[in-house]
Amino acid sequence: MKETPLSNCERRFLLRAIEEKKRLDGRQTYDYRRVRVAFGADYGCCVVELGRTRVLGQVSCELVPPKPNRATEGILYFNLELSQMAAPAFEPGRQSDLLVKLNRLLERCLRNSKCIDTESLCVVAGEKVWQIRVDLHLLNHDGNIIDAASIAAIVALSHFRRPDVSVQGDEVTLYTHEERDPVPLSIHHMPICVSFAFFQQGTYLLVDPNEREERVMDGLLVIAMNKHREICTIQSSGGIMLLKDQVLRCSKIAGVKVAEITELIQKALENDQKVRKEGGKFGFAESIANQKITAFKMEKAPVDTSNVEEKAEEIIAEAEPPSEVVSKPVLWTPGTAQIGEGIENSWGELEESEKEDEDEVGSDEAIILDNIKMNTGVEVFTSGNQDAPIVLSDSEEEEMIVLEPDKNPKKIRTQIISAKEEKAPSRKTVKKRKKNC
Amino acid sequence: MEEPMQTESKLCAEAGADSGSLVPGCSLRHFACEQNLLSRPDGSASFLQGDTSVLAGVYGPAEVKVSKEIFNKATLEVILRPKIGLPGVAEKSRERLIRNTCEAVVLGALHPRTSITMVLQVVSDAGSLLACCLNAACMALVDAGLPMRALFCGVTCALDSEGTLTLDPTAKQEKEARAVLTFALDSVERKLLMSTTKGLYSDAELQQCLAAAQAAAQHVFRFYRESLQRRYSKS
Repeated sequence: MKETPLSNCERRFLLRAIEEKKRLDGRQTYDYRRVRVAFGADYGCCVVELGRTRVLGQVSCELVPPKPNRATEGILYFNLELSQMAAPAFEPGRQSDLLVKLNRLLERCLRNSKCIDTESLCVVAGEKVWQIRVDLHLLNHDGNIIDAASIAAIVALSHFRRPDVSVQGDEVTLYTHEERDPVPLSIHHMPICVSFAFFQQGTYLLVDPNEREERVMDGLLVIAMNKHREICTIQSSGGIMLLKDQVLRCSKIAGVKVAEITELIQKALENDQKVRKEGGKFGFAESIANQKITAFKMEKAPVDTSNVEEKAEEIIAEAEPPSEVVSKPVLWTPGTAQIGEGIENSWGELEESEKEDEDEVGSDEAIILDNIKMNTGVEVFTSGNQDAPIVLSDSEEEEMIVLEPDKNPKKIRTQIISAKEEKAPSRKTVKKRKKNC
Repeated sequence: MEEPMQTESKLCAEAGADSGSLVPGCSLRHFACEQNLLSRPDGSASFLQGDTSVLAGVYGPAEVKVSKEIFNKATLEVILRPKIGLPGVAEKSRERLIRNTCEAVVLGALHPRTSITMVLQVVSDAGSLLACCLNAACMALVDAGLPMRALFCGVTCALDSEGTLTLDPTAKQEKEARAVLTFALDSVERKLLMSTTKGLYSDAELQQCLAAAQAAAQHVFRFYRESLQRRYSKS
């Protein structure tokens, strides 16, 4: 789906509003949108909302051999994905320029700033280290993806606990969550990105642009900073020229914003930890606001299954025994045979069907031989064969089994029709597919 | 008839005691649903069953690529995204099951030459994932206001080695189970729309699971109804 273009009218309106120091969502120039952090039931899972922009973060770990040039360091891997859910213009499985830019910025912000102690992730030097993987999914795109993603990444990393390991000689023992308490990662500091949008060649500046503002902006400045006011990354894009004063002013604003956000993150993390310790309820179910009219919860519901057995017996008693005819192969012409009515082929293109030995076909052999004799003699469709094909003709050619004409008829290629999902509408879809072809 | 009933209820009680206080044998975990939580998609819903959670977003009916255009109905596309890593064969298979279920219910003929895209994001998997995906998909379709013949829901049953039936199993129960069966049922006639199974079971057990799923579907549809009643209430 294509993105809806922004009309000139809207563009002019937005720019004029910015000139008058007004924003569409009623914020002031330096206002950041509301940040909300929610944690999932398992460690290292969080959802960060920045206004209506929403990012899901999940951290996972794995024991892998280290990189040869860094034998004592663990591996950090970041992967931001722009799901089609976030905006219709994002195509699944395509590395767009935006995605590459965001991923690289994220890596610079989090890996190159050395916020995670990678040396503590080493288990056996040169042999086994932890690989920490951070998966970020954009769920809803309302501008400023990078800020939301950087917050989600650092929150997920701070929330994550890896399984404990012990090394005795050459033996590495991995403990499950039940055996030993999992260990948190050692985090030196929390870099957080803050974005500034520039308009009219840098005359006007807005903090935390939303999607509409991003579309009309001339340039973007992203500053990654931790709460000690140390700049981790700075990137200016869009090709605008900024004055020294402007950059310094932005870094000052970033410092204030980062302090606020770090405090919020820490509070959220403490809260979650407290709830877990006390054995209270946690997870996403708890983060859904009860008073919202669009949300609804239901407590655990007992289901009465006492009469299930009777019902099943009834149905089985009523059901007719399956017809025996199905398993007999039908030979259409010399070279083409069919077994059963078949279901819709779920494997796309028909590949080399598996060969089966004669003993599998067993008792049906005689019939096949008879049919072949009959057919080779007459060469045309016999009337006996004709009434069957009409009934079965709505199954596709995929179910037809091709026999090589000069081969011994005993060696029959059969296709295993897997007893897969027997969907109710399967027949319908078959018909429709035919129409398309 | 009395005896088997008693033994079954006893078995259920035992299963409940085994798995701790989490889920007794025949009950559904706590449900939660939030609709319209994303601003970009036309319809969205997040569905939680216990700790399993799925977020769904629906776009449509919208413009369709010429190559995917169907002249007499809407093109339904389902994308399922795993939480970790890239989508694999398991996701493709589930996508297909969900798409076939939706196609049976959505009245695509009313919107020919359009596309309906559904994106499902696994937020956390703690068992009965496919059932949760189906439920989230249905709520998102309702939120998007697409015309449907009926609502649908997904129910997962697990059979353990003793033949005890568990509804809405957790990940641990699924792992220990001999067979796991997932059904999609429609709301009008409670008929089967889709079924997918894993493991060994007899035909009697299949019918039992189906009957249990139909009983559980009553609760799910009641949950749908109540949550929509709340949503469209005036107060």
